[in-house]
Amino acid sequence: MLPKPVWLGLCLALVLSGAAQADDPFITVASTTSTKNSGLFDHLLPRFEDATGIAVRVLAVGTGQAIRLARNGDADVLLVHHKPSEQQFVADGYGVARLDVMYNDFVLVGPADDPARIGGMSDAPAALARLAAAAVPFLSRGDDSGTHKRELALWRAAGIEVGTVSGSWYREAGAGMGATLNTAAAMSAYALADRGTWLGFRNKADLTILVAGDQRLFNPYGVILVNPAKHPHVKAALGQRFVDWLVSPQGQAAIAEFRINGEPAFTPNAAPP
Amino acid sequence: MTDFGSALAAAFSLVIHLDRDLGEIVLLSLRVSVIAVFVAALIGLPIGAAVALFRFPGRTVVAVILNALMGLPPVVVGLIVYLLLSRAGPFGVLGLLFTPTAMVIAQILLVTPIIAALTRQVIEDLWVEYEEQLRSLGAKPRRALATLLWDGRFSLLTAVLAGFGRASAEVGAVMIVGGNIDHVTRVMTTAIALEVSKGDLALALGLGIILVVLSIAVNGAAFVLKGTAERGQAR
Repeated sequence: MLPKPVWLGLCLALVLSGAAQADDPFITVASTTSTKNSGLFDHLLPRFEDATGIAVRVLAVGTGQAIRLARNGDADVLLVHHKPSEQQFVADGYGVARLDVMYNDFVLVGPADDPARIGGMSDAPAALARLAAAAVPFLSRGDDSGTHKRELALWRAAGIEVGTVSGSWYREAGAGMGATLNTAAAMSAYALADRGTWLGFRNKADLTILVAGDQRLFNPYGVILVNPAKHPHVKAALGQRFVDWLVSPQGQAAIAEFRINGEPAFTPNAAPP
Repeated sequence: MTDFGSALAAAFSLVIHLDRDLGEIVLLSLRVSVIAVFVAALIGLPIGAAVALFRFPGRTVVAVILNALMGLPPVVVGLIVYLLLSRAGPFGVLGLLFTPTAMVIAQILLVTPIIAALTRQVIEDLWVEYEEQLRSLGAKPRRALATLLWDGRFSLLTAVLAGFGRASAEVGAVMIVGGNIDHVTRVMTTAIALEVSKGDLALALGLGIILVVLSIAVNGAAFVLKGTAERGQAR
């Protein structure tokens, strides 16, 4: 057996190997899986860090969870995509202000052979109504995310009460976008996806985009600084610099030049300064 | 089936290129789990041995609870630690959420019951064997506790390794309290979950292969050390 000092040394080395972490200034951003999994943050954050020296720690969760984290004061900045919830967050005093950053759109994906024949339709609720009539498998996020909230709004617009059919053809995954797409691919189901995650997704199997372009599929992202009046420990000055950079000409240009497999994934739309 | 081939290729390519991010993730995984198991052993070994040796009211209940806690769902532990460490929670001022320390705390909660419950069983069996001898030597239970923990150290190694297995394999708790932040709290299991969510199943499986190999290496090393020590003792 190794002598005791060697053991202690090994343990100590392991402990210390992490203690050398730099104490650079950093902020915590609660955001969605779509911005992380699409690779957008990997594209933006090095540019922001170069410009300001501020590191950004990203928590990629669903919009609902991201808002709860920010509400508890566990993040400095919120970057999500469900405008009504964002406005509520600000109205409740948890956020300083909501600013437009960028948008893309949601897409209705499904198996290429399209048994419900919705391919090419331009009316998203009508397409959903046709899915319901055909009772083909549809996979919902079911996780209170921005995409899930939008999907529920579209079903309401289609006049279909999905709560009563959950478990039959309408299936709630209770999972993130990627996990939901994995499941949809495996069971050849239809699903609503955000374009960013869809473009970067590697396991599409025979899924393809069937419906897109309806203005009700518009997917705007907003950025909010968590209110230091509610949570005094919030790094307001550093967080404000991140917000300012995102809506600045440099930040907006960086968003515009981001590509996934050659396709633009987000369109910047901050109000001009 | 092609996925398995490309997974092996992905694992192999990551390892031979000594991918820096991978090295960082592996080191953090080991650091978090080793520290958590070390602390959990400091707490769990004496607790398990005490429950085995001391007679007190409710002892059976404690033993049953220890055994039941071995099955604590990591997500629940993660949620509890999140609520405690959140800025809105009682320990929020410490600012520990989304740090490796928070991950260590969650894993200590998961691993301690495993080590304590297995220790209780080991020590109880040893006590049956040695009770008369220790009593005739006039050993008090407190003294017996230390003696039995030392005598049972090789069996107890298995208890500690079981704890390490739990710590290094769980994803639910470290995902919630760590947040899977790149270069800060990303470990092997959360990295695998991330690649699955990106649909890159080959890379996810490749990382999984590396995790299994690491686990085999740790257990193999423990086995060899144990063998050497036992031979040393026989001499």
